[in-house]
Amino acid sequence: MQEKTVVKVGLSTCGIAAGGRKTYAALEKEIAKHGLDVELRQTGCIGMCYIEPLVEVHLPAGETFYYGAVTEEKAALIVEEHLLKNEPQDGLLISREKENVFSKQVRVALRNCGDIDPESIADYRRKGGYEALRKALREMSPEKVIEQLLASGLRGRGGAGFLTGLKWRFTRAAKGQPKYLVCNADEGDPGAFMDRSIIEGDPHAVLEGMLLAAYAIGASAGYVYVRAEYPLAIMRLEKAIQAALQAGYLGENILGTEFSFIVKIKKGAGAFVCGEETALLASLEGERGMPRLKPPFPAEQGLWKKPTCINNVETFANVPWIILNGGDKFKAYGTEMSSGTKVFALAGKIIRGGLIEVPMGITLREIVYEVGGGIPAGKKFKGIQLGGPSGGCVPESLLDTPVDYESIVKTGAIVGSGGMIVMDETTCMVDIARFFLNFAQNESCGKCAHCRIGTKRMLEILVRITEGKAAPEELDLLQELALEVKEGSLCGLGQTAPNPVLTTLKYFREEYETHLRERKCPAKVCRELLAYTIDAAACIGCGLCSRRCPTAAISGEKKEAHTISQELCVRCGNCFDACKFNAVLVD
Amino acid sequence: MTSGCACQAAEEKDIPYAQLDEVIARYKGEAAVIITILQDVQELLGYIPKQSIAYLAEKLHVSPAKIYGIVTFYAQFRLAPIGKYNLMVCEGTACHVNGAKALTRAISEELNIAGGETTGDGLFTMERVACVGCCSLAPVVVVDGEAHANMTPARVRQLIGQLREKEQHSQGVQAAKEVQ
Repeated sequence: MQEKTVVKVGLSTCGIAAGGRKTYAALEKEIAKHGLDVELRQTGCIGMCYIEPLVEVHLPAGETFYYGAVTEEKAALIVEEHLLKNEPQDGLLISREKENVFSKQVRVALRNCGDIDPESIADYRRKGGYEALRKALREMSPEKVIEQLLASGLRGRGGAGFLTGLKWRFTRAAKGQPKYLVCNADEGDPGAFMDRSIIEGDPHAVLEGMLLAAYAIGASAGYVYVRAEYPLAIMRLEKAIQAALQAGYLGENILGTEFSFIVKIKKGAGAFVCGEETALLASLEGERGMPRLKPPFPAEQGLWKKPTCINNVETFANVPWIILNGGDKFKAYGTEMSSGTKVFALAGKIIRGGLIEVPMGITLREIVYEVGGGIPAGKKFKGIQLGGPSGGCVPESLLDTPVDYESIVKTGAIVGSGGMIVMDETTCMVDIARFFLNFAQNESCGKCAHCRIGTKRMLEILVRITEGKAAPEELDLLQELALEVKEGSLCGLGQTAPNPVLTTLKYFREEYETHLRERKCPAKVCRELLAYTIDAAACIGCGLCSRRCPTAAISGEKKEAHTISQELCVRCGNCFDACKFNAVLVD
Repeated sequence: MTSGCACQAAEEKDIPYAQLDEVIARYKGEAAVIITILQDVQELLGYIPKQSIAYLAEKLHVSPAKIYGIVTFYAQFRLAPIGKYNLMVCEGTACHVNGAKALTRAISEELNIAGGETTGDGLFTMERVACVGCCSLAPVVVVDGEAHANMTPARVRQLIGQLREKEQHSQGVQAAKEVQ
C-alpha cells in the first residue's frame, strides 16, 4: 500500500496539447508552496482525450478522484481545497463520467496507460513488468511461447489480422541467419493514434513484447520503425531502451541466460505506404519505400533478405499479458474468430472522443453511444468510418454489427488498425470519399499504374461531383474504376484505396445522386454547390458581413437589409461565420 | 511531397560542409543510413539544400539521383527553407470533418500563401499535414511544436496577429538595443 498521496497528470500528446504541462507546473508550484508531502507523477493517456488535462488524486486510504479539464486555476483549487483541507471539489470531479466511459472497456494492451509513469522502469516493474520475460526465459521454451500465442488467438493489430503465433512459427522455422524482429510504429492512418498513445503511455510493455517475440523466433536484433511526427513517443521509447539496457533486460545474456537482443529506433520520414510491411522493409534498408512482391513473405526473406517478423505496436503490448496470464485467458474475451480486446481511437463528431479498449464482438452502437456518449449538439448520426483510408463508412442501419474481423469485412469496411471516425448530418459523404481518395492518391508510391493513375482518375470524378460538373453516368465509371484499382494493385494501399468510395456508393448513393442531378450538397459542405442569401427580415444592416466579404459581393445601406450578388459570390462562407443574427442563409 | 521554390536554396558558400562531415561521421560503419543522415541534415539546416545532395552523394558513394529520389519520396524532406513560424494545419480525418478546410482558407487569405508556401518576409509557412494524432482536439493547428486545439478561422487569424505582434516587438527590442 502506498504511504503518501499520489497526484497524477496525463501528459501524452493530447494532454500536453490541452495544456497539461501548465497544469503540472501549477500543481508542482502549489504543492511546494504549501510544503505538502505529495508525490506528483506524470502518466500517459488514460483515453479520455476530450476532457484533458486530467488529474488523478490517489489517497493513501485507496480512494481515487478524477478531475477533468484542469486549468492552472483549477489546479490551485485542487491543492488548496482537496489536498490541504481534504475537501474534494465535487463540481470539478469526473469520477462518474469515467465510470461510464470505462464500464464497457477491458484494458489489456492499455493496462498501464494513464496509470504508470512511462519514463520510469521502476513503475513498470511495480505493475509486474518484465515478469513475463523472466517467466519465459526461465520456464518456457521458444516453442512454448509460440504455443501460448496460438492459444490466445491474438491476430495482428496493425490491420491485416494475421495470427501472430503463426507468423512467429513461420519465422522461427525459416532458414537463414540472423533473424530480425521489426515493430511497426508507422501509424499513418489519419484519425488513428493507438500506437502513439501506447508508446507514450507504456513503452516498456512494447519492449517486453518485442523481447518475448525475439526469444520465440530466435532473433537477436530488432528495429522499431516509428513516425518522425511522434517526437514524444520517440523520446520515451529511447529512455525505455536505455533503462532496459541498464537493468539487464536488453543487451547480452539477458537475465543471465544465453538470450541476447538489441533494439534500434528508426525514424520514418513520412510515407503512408511504409505501413505496408514490404515497403517498411525497403525504407529500413534506406531506400524509397516501395512495396515488393509477396511471396517471398518477410518471414522467409525480409530485411536484407533474412527471415523477419513484423508486428504492430499494439500486438506487442498484448504479449507480456498473454504470457503472464495464459493464452486461454485472452481467448476468453472476444469472439471465436476474433479473440481478445482491441484498442480503438474514437474521434470525429462524438461527445467523448479518445482512446478505448473493448472486447471484440462489442457492437458499433455500444461503442458510439455507450462508450462515446453519442453525437454532440443533438445532431443525427450518419456514419462511422472504420479503418481509415483503407476502410469504409458504415451507416446507421448497420450499427448493430459486432466489431470482429469477419463481421466488419462483410459491411465493406475493415477493422484496420483501429481508427473510428464518427460522422453526423453535417458531414458530406461524397466529400469524405474525396478526402480519403485524395489522401491515398497523394500517398500512392507510383509503382503500379492502377493505383497511380486509377486513383487519380477516380479523384477527378469525385472532385467534379463535388463541384457540380460531373455527368450522371460518371457514377458507373467511378464504380468500375474502383473495382479495377482494387484488382490491379500490388500492395494493400492500392487494393484498399477504393474502399471508402465503394462503401459510400453502396450506403449513401442518394447523396451522390443529389449532387449529380440537383447540383446540391445536402450536408452543405461542397462549396461550389451552395448558395448564400440574406434573410431580409433578420438582417439589421450592421455591415459586418460586407466588410468580411473578399469579393465585395454584399451590398446594402447601413441599418437596412443587405443582399448578396450570386455572380460575385465565391462561397467562402465568411459572411455566414460573421453574422451574429443568423441572417445569412445557406442552401 | 516536397514543394516550394528551389531557387531560394542557399548559395554554395553557405553550406556548412564541416558540419555535414560530422553528421556522416556519426553513422560510419552502419548500413542503410541515408534517410537518417538526411533527417539530421534537415534538423541542422532546416531543409536539404540542393548543393548538399551532391556533396552527400560523393561522400556516401552513391549517385546524387539516389539521394534526390529519397528526398522527394518522403514527405518529411524539404528542398527549400521554411518560414520562422511553420503553421501546420492538420488535415486528418477528424480535423477534416470538424472544419480544417476553413482554417486552410483563413490562413491563405490572411497570408496570401497556399499550402507549402512561405510568405515573402520569410515569417510564415503554411504546411498541410495528414494527422498529427490529436484527433480529440480537432481541428488542430501546430506552431513550433505547440498544438492549438479546437481552432476556428477567427482564432487562426488571431494567432497569426499575435505572432506578428511578437515579431514586431522583438524587432523593436532589437532596434532599441542597437541604438543603445
